[in-house]
Amino acid sequence: MSNPDLMLAFGAGGVATALLAAISMVRGGLKSFRWEAYVGAFGLGMVLMGQYMGLFVAPRERMMGEVGRILYVHVPSAWLTMLIFTFTCIFAFAFLMSGKRIFDSLVESSIEVGVIMAILLQVTGSLFAKPTWGVYWDWDPRLVSTAVMTLSFVGVLILRSVLDDPDRRATWTSVGAILATLSMLITYFSVRLWRTLHQMQSSPDSVSDPMVVILRANAFAFLFLSIFFIAWRTRIAVARAQADEAPPLPPEVPV
Amino acid sequence: MASTPDSHNAVVHDGLVVHDLSRRFGPRWVLARVGFDVPPGDALLVVGHNGCGKTTLLRCLATALKIHHGSARFGGLDMWENRAELRHKVALLSHDSHLYEDLSARQNLDVWAKMGGLHKDLDALLERVGLEHTGKRPVRAFSAGMRRRLALARVLLKDPSLILFDEPFSALDPAGRATVAGVLQELRERGATILLSTHHHEIGARFADQAMRMKEGRIVWKGPSHELLSSGGHP
Amino acid sequence: MTLLKQSLAVAYKDLLTEWRQPSRIAGVFFFCFALLLLFAFAMPNTQMLSDIAGGTLWLGLLLASTRSLDQSFHLEMENGALEGMVLWPVPPLAMFYGKALANALLLTLVTLALTPLVVVLYHPVWNGDIPTFLGIVALGCLALAAPGTLVAALSVQARGSSALLPLLMFPLVVPVVVAASKATTLHLEGDIMSQVDDWMRLLVMFNLAHWALDGWLFTRIAEDG
Repeated sequence: MSNPDLMLAFGAGGVATALLAAISMVRGGLKSFRWEAYVGAFGLGMVLMGQYMGLFVAPRERMMGEVGRILYVHVPSAWLTMLIFTFTCIFAFAFLMSGKRIFDSLVESSIEVGVIMAILLQVTGSLFAKPTWGVYWDWDPRLVSTAVMTLSFVGVLILRSVLDDPDRRATWTSVGAILATLSMLITYFSVRLWRTLHQMQSSPDSVSDPMVVILRANAFAFLFLSIFFIAWRTRIAVARAQADEAPPLPPEVPV
Repeated sequence: MASTPDSHNAVVHDGLVVHDLSRRFGPRWVLARVGFDVPPGDALLVVGHNGCGKTTLLRCLATALKIHHGSARFGGLDMWENRAELRHKVALLSHDSHLYEDLSARQNLDVWAKMGGLHKDLDALLERVGLEHTGKRPVRAFSAGMRRRLALARVLLKDPSLILFDEPFSALDPAGRATVAGVLQELRERGATILLSTHHHEIGARFADQAMRMKEGRIVWKGPSHELLSSGGHP
Repeated sequence: MTLLKQSLAVAYKDLLTEWRQPSRIAGVFFFCFALLLLFAFAMPNTQMLSDIAGGTLWLGLLLASTRSLDQSFHLEMENGALEGMVLWPVPPLAMFYGKALANALLLTLVTLALTPLVVVLYHPVWNGDIPTFLGIVALGCLALAAPGTLVAALSVQARGSSALLPLLMFPLVVPVVVAASKATTLHLEGDIMSQVDDWMRLLVMFNLAHWALDGWLFTRIAEDG
């Protein structure tokens, strides 16, 4: 587990498997095979191992000391929030273009998992900010745009919950998801112009080697868990949609 | 005209051809396998109790609602696929008047004409429905009958070749009914295809030779409208 | 060309409706006036008022815009006119651009009426010139109107909608509030560091993105039958 390349190959293989599985899910295959359970179990194992390594194996962070270990939750959740909402936006466009109900289910489940991930991101961020910046919250572009984005996606979930008609609900959710993504981007730029304070984004070059490996391990662990949650939630959404579907048309009666 | 279920493919006229049309709301089929046809320039009377699916049928044919199963064709075109084009030719006179409460009768016609890019003699139209003396009064101050007349004038702005009338005689005094009946007669003479849903069987039968009765989203009877009258509405 | 003509016809219809019933837009204005008074009470001292004048104007306007946007679509729902437009047919793009344009004009009108009140109540430093100020106002109002119109179309047709419009709209227009407030304040103070242009560029960018994308999104919600 000490070789970053091995880790990368491992992760890439997992992502490819999950993507293939997701594609086959969209195309209607693999209905009964609960592939996501294996991805989830793998992710759970990885998250346990990754967090253990983050807490006990990783060296102390140079600037922040022991507090820095929260990075192994904070940074993966930040990556995953962005990744999940990017996919939400892609699913939403896919729904508006194709009208396929599976994309609506994917939009719904990815928003829910994304919101959870964003909340995790902000809670760990606040805990992290208090000892390093001395405050729980700072008016930094990334903080503000994350908060705004969370708020808009929560708004979309509430909009979704008040609509009864499945067709309308699906279209409006996708419209809201695209708006929320756009708003996140513009908010980020506007707040960056408004005020900049955050430390420069840490690239793998600026942190030490063992940290990179452990960060990546945790990121992939979060990725697999997210894929598991989204796939599981999508199955529930599909099952609900099927339950809502009208019974077969009654037979023809001659007049 | 009444086509049997398996002979729909034989219907080749350019009027309204509805085949197996079904629509659901949530888990319920409110229209199930409705099939009929109206040759161009003909009129069909649709009767049935409240909640039998008449309004949904008319809204599907007006392209306000998506058809979930089956098809409706007008002028040889599938109505939902070609809705952008057909909306120029099809008009719906429904319970919703589609009027702006703050505008006067003439202003309402004016804004709808402008929004549709239509050019019509608005004063003549107002006179046709007997609203030429309402001046600047906003629609908010109109009676139900006056609103219905104005809604009719609005529909006439567009010269529709298929008109769907949903209870056009309700809430009208005898004079109002006579106005609507006059307009209906005029539209028939101009060659428009008409679908008329009403509880006033006698007036309806004057314009439509054919009739059908609906119940629980289905057609339960089709035949000449005089049979509907002679049987007291329950053939 | 027909699209432009029809959009203008929709805008004309909206403005004519407001003209025939001016109490609605007057209500929005007085709503905003009351907010300006109340904001002042929330401040620790009246010396601070001159610093926050620009921001308060835009915050008040944002709150007022939720009222006017809501009203604009309630008029369409009253007798099913929104569906009437779809079936007329008015292309959804013309409906969106017409209504958004009318909403932007009404908001601009309210802003212009409020500006003297802000000057009197908050006595900000006024070193700016009128044309630039008008430019900021126009850009800000256009930027509020586009996402606002789309979100109002969604919320007015949803059940239990009164809280939905602000919930959906406020996160979307954070950049507008930031940029318009900042631009107004800097401009009034004299813009020594010439930063106003950056903020106006941001408003232009916001407008371009939303006026293009929201129109397309509106066609999707108008078509769902």
